[in-house]
Amino acid sequence: MSFVEYGDTIKDGDTAIVFLGHESMFPVKVQHGTVTQTKYGVIRHSTDLIGKKYGSKVTCSKGGWVFILHPTPELWTMNLPHRTQILYSTDISIITMMLELKPGSIVCESGTGSGSLSHAVIRTVAPTGHLYTVEFHQQRAEKAREEFREHGVEHLVTVTNQDVCKNGFGVSNIADAVFLDIPSPWEAIGHAKSALKAEGGRICSFSPCIEQVQRTCLAMEEYGFTEINTLEILLRVYNVRTISLQTPDLGKAAEDNSSTAFDSSNPSNQGSPCANLQQGTVQFKSGVPLREMVGHTGYLTFATKS
Amino acid sequence: GMEGGVRPGPRICEGDCAVLKRDDVFKAVPVLRRRKIIFEKQWFYLDNAIGHIYGTTFEVTSGGNLQPKQEVEETITETKEAGTDNRNIVDDGKSQKLTHDDIKALKDKGIKGQEIVQQLIENSTTFRDKTEFAQDKYIKKKKKKYEAVITIVKPSTRILSTMYYAREPGKINHLRYDTLAQMLTLGNIRAGNKMIVMETCAGLVLGAVMERMGGYGSIIQMYPGGGPVRAATSCFGFPKLFFNNLHEFPLSKVDSLLSGTFSTETMPSEPEDNALVEEESNGFSDEKQTSLQEAEEESATETAMEINQTEEQETIDMNAEDVEFKENKEKENKENVREKQRKQWEKRKKLIEAAALLGEKNADGLIVASKFHPTPLLLTLLEFVAPSRPFVVYCQYKEPLLECYTKLRERGGVINLKLSETWLRNYQVLPDRSHPKLTMSGGGGYLLSGITVVLDKGKSDASNLEALKMEEPSSKRCKVQDLHC
Repeated sequence: MSFVEYGDTIKDGDTAIVFLGHESMFPVKVQHGTVTQTKYGVIRHSTDLIGKKYGSKVTCSKGGWVFILHPTPELWTMNLPHRTQILYSTDISIITMMLELKPGSIVCESGTGSGSLSHAVIRTVAPTGHLYTVEFHQQRAEKAREEFREHGVEHLVTVTNQDVCKNGFGVSNIADAVFLDIPSPWEAIGHAKSALKAEGGRICSFSPCIEQVQRTCLAMEEYGFTEINTLEILLRVYNVRTISLQTPDLGKAAEDNSSTAFDSSNPSNQGSPCANLQQGTVQFKSGVPLREMVGHTGYLTFATKS
Repeated sequence: GMEGGVRPGPRICEGDCAVLKRDDVFKAVPVLRRRKIIFEKQWFYLDNAIGHIYGTTFEVTSGGNLQPKQEVEETITETKEAGTDNRNIVDDGKSQKLTHDDIKALKDKGIKGQEIVQQLIENSTTFRDKTEFAQDKYIKKKKKKYEAVITIVKPSTRILSTMYYAREPGKINHLRYDTLAQMLTLGNIRAGNKMIVMETCAGLVLGAVMERMGGYGSIIQMYPGGGPVRAATSCFGFPKLFFNNLHEFPLSKVDSLLSGTFSTETMPSEPEDNALVEEESNGFSDEKQTSLQEAEEESATETAMEINQTEEQETIDMNAEDVEFKENKEKENKENVREKQRKQWEKRKKLIEAAALLGEKNADGLIVASKFHPTPLLLTLLEFVAPSRPFVVYCQYKEPLLECYTKLRERGGVINLKLSETWLRNYQVLPDRSHPKLTMSGGGGYLLSGITVVLDKGKSDASNLEALKMEEPSSKRCKVQDLHC
C-alpha cells in the first residue's frame, strides 16, 4: 500500500482503514503479532490482515465482521488524529482544482496543522512534484514528519519548522501554488509571492473570518496578484429513505360514488408513488437532507501571480 | 533554501488551444495566423500574441491586432470631490453630456479607453455628487466597457470547467466546476491509476482526469454510439504521450464482455458516419471543431486542417480524361483502401487491448458523468473495478441517483455510499463593501460516491443483511423486498 499508489494485499507496516459500517471507521497500523480491539471482537494482524486482499471482509473474534480498506487521503482526512482544526475533502477538492495541482506541481503550504490537506496535495503532485510545508509549532512539525515517513511519502514532502510570516517557505521562484491557512495570511503574501514561480503561479488563502479575508485581498492587490476571487463551498448530504405518508381521512360524502378525494383504489393512482390500500399510506423514495449540516468552514480566496 | 532560476512561463505557440479571458468571460480558440477571432464584441487576429508568455494581457488596436498592455500607473484622482448619499441625485438620463456620436468620434480618433473613461467622468454632471463608492462603481463599469483588455491564459481543468459551465452547460449536463472538483478528489484520481471513465460531457471530464493523472497510469473511456467525443479534451493541450495509455471501449460491447461472448466481428460504426455534428461550437470556431474530431489520432491541429484542405483539393482537380491522371488516381484509390484497411485493423487491435484491460477486473476507480440513467451503467461497470476502490457517479438530477443507491444496496459489494451536492457562493470583497455576489448557481448536479469491497455473490441474503447493517439504524431499515413500486 502507499498513500500515492494502490497495492492489492495488506502488508506488514501498512496503514489500513478498518470499516465497521455506517460511517464508522478507524485507521490501524498493520503489524505482525499485534491485535486490534473492535466492538465486534479482536482482529489478529498476522492471521486476519497480512496477506489478505484490500476490500476483504474480516470476521472478528465475537463473530461480527468489518471491511479492511486501502488508505486514501480522503479516508485519512476522516480518520486522522486531530492536532488542530482540519480541512475536509469538500474544501480540499476545490482548492486542488483552483490551484491547478497535478503530477509534478511544486506546492508550498502553511500551516501544516494535522496534515489533512498535506496528504491530499502529496497524492496529487506525486510522483514528480513536491510539497514544502511550513509549521511554526515544533511538536506538530515533528508529528507531521513522522506521519509522512510512516505513510511512505517522505520523499515527496519537506517539513520546515519556522514562522512563514517572518521567514517564508524556504524556497524561491519555483512554486506552482501556495496555500495559506494561518491567522494572519496578509503577513505572508509577500513571502508567498517570492516562493511562487515568475508567471502564472496560483495562491489560495483560507480564513474563517471575513475581516481576515478583507485584509488578505488588500495585500494580494498591493503585491500585484490578479484574478482575485473569494468563494465558499458547503457540502449537502442526502440520506436515501423510503418514506410513507399517511393519506388523511377526508370523510365520505353521503351516497356519493364519485369522491373528489384521492382514491387509492383507482388504478391510475397506482405506480409511483405507491398507494397502499390497507394502511392508507403513500410511499415514495426521497433524498432527505440531514437535520444539521456544516454551515461554514472558511472563505477561500484565490489569485494568480502575474 | 532552494533557489530556482527565474524561468519564464510557457509561450503561446501556433497550433495551441488558448483561452481568451476578459474579466469572468472565457473562450477557447485555436492559435492560428490570419484567423479572425470574435470575442466580447471585438474582432482581432492572434498573430501578434504568438511568442508571448501565457498570462499576458493585450489590447486590441484599431487594425484588429493585439498589443501587450503597458503597465500604466492608475491615475488616482486624489481627494476626489464626493457626496454623502444619493438623496438628491435624480436619474433623468441626462447627466452625461457626451453623446453617442461624441464617444464614437473619440473611439475613431483612436483615443485609448482610459482617456475615454476620463472624458466620461469629466462630462458627467452627477459624478461629483456620487458617494466615493458610487464613483468607484461608475469608474469600474465604464472601464469594463471601454478599456477592452484580453488576457490569453493556458487551458486547465479550472479554466475549461468554468468556461463550459458558463458558456455551454448543456454540453456537460450542467456539471458545475466545483462538482467536478469533488469527483476528482473523491475518486482519488492520481498518477498511476487504471481508471474507467464514462462521460458524455464533451470530453471535459476525461480531460480533467487526464490532467490529474499526468500521463501516468491508464484510462479506459467507455463510449455510447460510434466513438468517444473528445472535443474538450483537445483544448487541454496535453502532450502526445498522454494519449498512449488512453483506451476506449464501446458500451455496446460491455454485456458481451461480461458474459464472455465478446468478439470484434461487429465493430461500432466509424465516427465519421455518426451524427457528431450535433456537437456544435464548444467555444472553438466551428470548422476547427469538426476537423479536430476527425483527426483524433493527430494531435497537431494544423496538420488536421491541412488534411481537410487537401481532400477538398483532390475532388476539385479531378480530370477523368487525363490517362496519366487516371493511373495515379487508381494508385491513390488502392492506397486509400489499404489505409482504410490498416485503420480498421488498428481499431480492432485497440478494441482487443481495451477488452483485455477491462477483463482483468482490477480498475482502480470508476467515474461516470453522462446523460444516461446512471443505474445500468454503474451496475455493469462496477464489475470491472477492483475491491477497495472509490467510484463516483454524477447526475444532473437527484432522483436517478436515489434509484441507483437502492440498486447498489441490493447488489452489495459497496460501502460508504453517499449522495451529495455542493453549494457554492462567490463573494465581492472590498473595503466596507464585502458581501456575497448577487447571483449564484441554483444547482450544480448531484454525486453518488462509494467504495467497492469484495462482493459476496454466493450469499445474496447475507449481502442484503450486510447492506442493511451498513446503512440505517434498525428503526429506519428499508424493507427491500417490499419496495415493488
